[in-house]
Amino acid sequence: MNPFAEYAIAFLLLLGGAFTLIGAIGLARLPDFFTRLHGPTKATTLGVGAIMLSSVIYFTARGDGIGISEVLITVFLFMTAPVSANILAKAAMHIGVKTMDGTEGKPWEQ
Amino acid sequence: MLDRLSFPQPWLSLILFVTWQFLSDGISGGSLVLGLILAWGIPQLTQGFWPEPPAFMRFWLMPKYLVRVLKDIVIASFEVAALIISPRKPRPAFVCYPLELEHPLAISILASTISLTPGTVSADVSDDQRLLLIHALDTEDEQEVINTIRKRYEQPLLEMFK
Repeated sequence: MNPFAEYAIAFLLLLGGAFTLIGAIGLARLPDFFTRLHGPTKATTLGVGAIMLSSVIYFTARGDGIGISEVLITVFLFMTAPVSANILAKAAMHIGVKTMDGTEGKPWEQ
Repeated sequence: MLDRLSFPQPWLSLILFVTWQFLSDGISGGSLVLGLILAWGIPQLTQGFWPEPPAFMRFWLMPKYLVRVLKDIVIASFEVAALIISPRKPRPAFVCYPLELEHPLAISILASTISLTPGTVSADVSDDQRLLLIHALDTEDEQEVINTIRKRYEQPLLEMFK
């Protein structure tokens, strides 16, 4: 395999792993429910995106053709992450989850 | 009766059909038949949930918008990652964002974009669809959040759905 492709794959795998780890740390460390929502929607999305990209490069470099299914997984993930975050936030507002001290503004009642 | 046999969302059906061909290992008779069944069945089942299609939409502005959003996702991820690691406490805020967009599809695109980009998650849309409630992870100034979203995301969408 082309050494340049190998470096790219290794770099992307490390980047993806790091972001997924940081997303998980955020889930454990951030102070309240609403701030925790931010971890999975961002850091983890990029993490999985980077891992998928490395998979695409690996299979392309091996000459198996471009892996369209990986691209599709990424697209589905980018489409569904905001929806699930939105539903979680709505549910939390509905049952009145407490926000951390110092939060500006309030969730509204409907 | 004829309603049940038609394709109420032709574009959705086409996308589903093509996506299925990519997902299955190579195009075969079986994947074509199953793709056709999915392209017919899913729009039929979800028809009640789709908003009226916009009268006019500038599709060709979409790629530019997507590139901008992708770039922002990468930057956002680094910012959020830095905040998670740093010992400083985040300064979260709920921001009420007054919407200029009117079409439901445009609003849901904007809400998804907000959820994917710098430190913001959209939480709710008001019943009259004029306000969007956003939770920002780390902000000093609410007005700045509103201005950024207005300029970076809502303006291009307004142009697209004008």
